[in-house]
Amino acid sequence: MDWNSLLLMRYELGLLVLILLLVIFEIFSGKKQKGGLINLSIILFAIFTAIGFIPLEEGSIFGGMFRTNDMLHFFKGTLNVGVLILLLQSADWLKDKVVDQNKSSEFIVLLFSSLLGMYFMISAGDFLMFYIGLELATLPVAALVAYDTMKRDSAEAGVKYILSSALASGTAIFGISLLYATTGTIYFDAFADVISISNLSVLGFVFFISGLGFKISLVPFHFWTADVYEGAPIPVASYLSVISKGAAVIILMIIMFTVMKPLMPVWNKIFYILIISTMAIGNLFALRQKNMKRFLAFSSIAQAGFILLGFMSVDTLGVTTIIYFVAIYIFSNLGAFGVVQAISNATGKESMNDYKGLYRTNPKLSLIMMLALFSLAGIPPLAGFFGKFFLYAAAASKGYYFLVFIGVVMATISLYYYLLVVKEMFLTKNDETSIPYFESRPLMKIGLIIASIGILVVGLYSPLYDYIYNISSSFLNL
Amino acid sequence: MIEGISIYEILTLSTVVFFIGVYGFFTRENLITILMSIELILNASALNFVVINTYLYPDFLQGTVFSIFIIAMAAAETALAIAIIINLYKLVNSVEVKDTDTLKY
Repeated sequence: MDWNSLLLMRYELGLLVLILLLVIFEIFSGKKQKGGLINLSIILFAIFTAIGFIPLEEGSIFGGMFRTNDMLHFFKGTLNVGVLILLLQSADWLKDKVVDQNKSSEFIVLLFSSLLGMYFMISAGDFLMFYIGLELATLPVAALVAYDTMKRDSAEAGVKYILSSALASGTAIFGISLLYATTGTIYFDAFADVISISNLSVLGFVFFISGLGFKISLVPFHFWTADVYEGAPIPVASYLSVISKGAAVIILMIIMFTVMKPLMPVWNKIFYILIISTMAIGNLFALRQKNMKRFLAFSSIAQAGFILLGFMSVDTLGVTTIIYFVAIYIFSNLGAFGVVQAISNATGKESMNDYKGLYRTNPKLSLIMMLALFSLAGIPPLAGFFGKFFLYAAAASKGYYFLVFIGVVMATISLYYYLLVVKEMFLTKNDETSIPYFESRPLMKIGLIIASIGILVVGLYSPLYDYIYNISSSFLNL
Repeated sequence: MIEGISIYEILTLSTVVFFIGVYGFFTRENLITILMSIELILNASALNFVVINTYLYPDFLQGTVFSIFIIAMAAAETALAIAIIINLYKLVNSVEVKDTDTLKY
């Protein structure tokens, strides 16, 4: 065997080494060194993220089970940056609340295991690898959701998440078995050549879509989202809404655009319905939420509906817009969740009413929150506007004007509820019940600053879009 | 291959098992029985893979290998779910859905 070909798995092997190192450090560290262990793991992961941007060859190994290309490298790098921001934002929470219970690096090890699963999932070249990656990405997150073992809500959210994810992946597996019956292969390349529209393949496809629809929380499969986000610790909710959703969108895109391309007349209709229902339910339910975590949960469902608009155009434009929007979405949502977490760490308040007059007490935090929410809503100078604009352009290029119309209406509704939070922070007077001034810790500050720089740079630095366009043009011939 | 039994009988069986699992998931009131329903779903899928491999595509072993991985994943999933349910039981002293469900909009 040619050992050099293993270099294609640089991300996976590097992260695996990182996980094993952390486990060993955990064994040999005393109770006083646990806080240092968290800092160490952040530094190691930052180095790993930096290494990830060194160019890498394209190719496939293990008989096509694992394949990789420039687009996937770029996306893995983006996921790494997202996880790095997340770690920076959650470090203080870990040091304050978790180290006392004599566990520290467990959280990070579980987080990295899930990230490893996502790497394998998006690099999968056959359904077996895809399934293993999906489960490896899901199971550690279920443990993380129930991580706060003393809190009842956390345990309940964990039960809800593991049970519904098991149902979703079970259904997806049943669908894959039916697809296997129609084609006789589980390899993506061979699969795409053989599959054709028949009753059995459509049935299998409908079952299959439920598994990934659950991860992205599309609307018929979204019922777990708000409950789990509310019960889970905030870093985990943030991880679920940003990293987990982003990776699932990418593998869904790869499967739809290459493997299931012969079924396109069928899945176009299914996605048409999914897009309208996801945008409508996500946006309308977000209107009535008072808890910030539930609010962001429904807002993330609505954003998933917008991302799906890019799926209607099966060409390079669609691929580019999806990747671009997911990158923007990662930064914007991490900014919003970061502020919620900073406030929750300092004061324990999570309700929207508690944010009144935040600008007068904590101006910097409220500015970052405003940036993130405006980017999610799509206000022009920020990244979110360009992302939404390209998504509409992608859907319109194939003549789906009605979908674009619905999308614009829903974007207007979303602007209303994002502005509700902004109004609460900037216009409402503060009184004795509102949040007093507090100083965030250095790591949290760095995390928030990177997220807000990301929101501005991804939107204004146009060569990035050209770069994504170039790397995704080769992808459709994968 | 089993003499005298065609693929239709076995696929009917596995589909019935699958839908019993789905029905159980939505109607059972106890978290442990919900978990058992999920096992039914996963086992129906594993059975499907083995049968389709044996009857339709006997040249390669892809389906059989897949079913082995499904069994392993099902074990991991069950172990984790049981651990989380035990933790919930410690906090609320019940595994009934009606006692544990408080997060609602």
